[in-house]
Amino acid sequence: MSSVLELKNLSFVYGQNTPFEKKAVDNISLSINQGEFIGIIGHTGSGKSTLVQMLNGLIQPTEGQVLLDGEDIWAKPKEIRRVRFKVGMVFQYPEYQLFEETVYKDIAFGPSNMGKTGVELDQAVKKAAEFTGLKPELLLKSPFDLSGGEKRRAAIAGVIAMDPQVLVLDEPTAGLDPMGREVLLSQILQYHKERKNTVILVSHSMEDIAKVADRIIVMNKSRLVMFDKTKEVFSHGRELEKIGLRVPQITKIMLELKEKGYNIPDGILTVDEAFAAVSSLLKREGKIW
Amino acid sequence: MVRDVAFGQYFPGKSFIHRLDPRAKILLLIAYLVIIFCTFNYFSLLLIASFTVLMILSSGVSPKFYFKSLKVIVFIVIFTSLLNLFYGTGEPIWQWWIFRLTINGINRAIFVTVRIICLILASSCLTFTTSPTELTDAIERLMKPLNRIHFPVHEIAMMMSLALRFVPTLLEETDKIMAAQKARGADMDSGSLIKRVKALVPVLIPLFVSAFRRAYEIATAMECRCYRGGSGRTKMKSIHMSGRDAAAFTALGLVICGVILCNIFLSAAI
Repeated sequence: MSSVLELKNLSFVYGQNTPFEKKAVDNISLSINQGEFIGIIGHTGSGKSTLVQMLNGLIQPTEGQVLLDGEDIWAKPKEIRRVRFKVGMVFQYPEYQLFEETVYKDIAFGPSNMGKTGVELDQAVKKAAEFTGLKPELLLKSPFDLSGGEKRRAAIAGVIAMDPQVLVLDEPTAGLDPMGREVLLSQILQYHKERKNTVILVSHSMEDIAKVADRIIVMNKSRLVMFDKTKEVFSHGRELEKIGLRVPQITKIMLELKEKGYNIPDGILTVDEAFAAVSSLLKREGKIW
Repeated sequence: MVRDVAFGQYFPGKSFIHRLDPRAKILLLIAYLVIIFCTFNYFSLLLIASFTVLMILSSGVSPKFYFKSLKVIVFIVIFTSLLNLFYGTGEPIWQWWIFRLTINGINRAIFVTVRIICLILASSCLTFTTSPTELTDAIERLMKPLNRIHFPVHEIAMMMSLALRFVPTLLEETDKIMAAQKARGADMDSGSLIKRVKALVPVLIPLFVSAFRRAYEIATAMECRCYRGGSGRTKMKSIHMSGRDAAAFTALGLVICGVILCNIFLSAAI
């Protein structure tokens, strides 16, 4: 697999050379492959948001490099906009960025900044709306007349419409109801599977991350603590708890069963897997047939 | 970033100036600003300048921040002093093309520079040592007599304190929205003037929307706590004049007397 994003000794310091100096990202090096689904977890203030804002050049790193397809994104500072089209970024509470008269025009803002027009633009908008589950009749409404969940979808569609090679989502499900979270998450996953592009998801919900991510980046106090396969990361439950994170509930239960001496495999992430593990255990012990 | 703009910064403290009655501070500042412009010779200018230094030292705020507040006006100071330098009257001591340098011009340039610097330092001293709440409280009390002519003093003061409270919030919000629109390829740093103004639309509309949303929220929150305007409302922290304020008034009074005496008995430099 070829790497699409590579970070080399990346650091960022807020308010350098002032009394308020604060290191937000400290010497991070890692490489993300084309087509991967990456999760980023970390306590509030661990530097996640700063890290992802450096991926598309919204923040210029104080030290180190971000390589996109092997090229330093800050090699030509004047062309940083092109990087932003390749690395799409959905911020927390993206619905507050809506501004156009209609949802359609708002979704078209990104792709038309890229220079798309006519049929191409129309297709990009309609496809993005479809991916995020926005009904076609909503496209002609004012974004301010939509419900909270619909606004969120419209805002996400506005980034997806640029068809970025890498899509970064910062807590896309925050503030939605449980049903809305579920649906939005599965739509993002669906999008990832169809387009086969790289998705980076920042989230506080371990359950969400466990469900979708291939690999997980764990941040603590501006540093990279772990970067490994989802199963591997969540089998380090005790370490995660030490830095104020937790593992998905079902993983925790399985972990505790294992600590009690039951023969259960590591890194169980979903209820289905847990069911399979427990029932095979019970079968082996002859409790059920 | 927009956030770097320092606006009405307040540094909490317990210095002599911090503990003055905010009304006294406002009145003193007004008197002081008037007297700055009544200095006509170097003795009175020196008197005012040393009073300013004394004020800064007794405010307990690091002089570093005062220098920072001066940075903003460097350009204005240079511009006005240059203008004054070449617009003096009297015998020229040096002349080239349209530039005439006179003793009077040099004096004027020095006076205007010192006056502007003192003016900014004194105003900074007020905002550095007085919290926005204290300030609006003081303005409300000072304008109280206007209630007689049905001027809505309390409402104006409340609006002022709400506006001040939302400055940092809205700055932060602007930052966020700008980042989000830049991520969608908005180009705000290049192009013609018209293009740049147009590029602000995607920032301003969400900003207005969120300002209105916040306004509704805070109005509801105020009504939930039974806010119904100024009449019959008492203060949790009422402000009182004390001996300290009398001392401050006396000090400024002495300076004013000094300046007047200098003006009467010494010849004017400008």
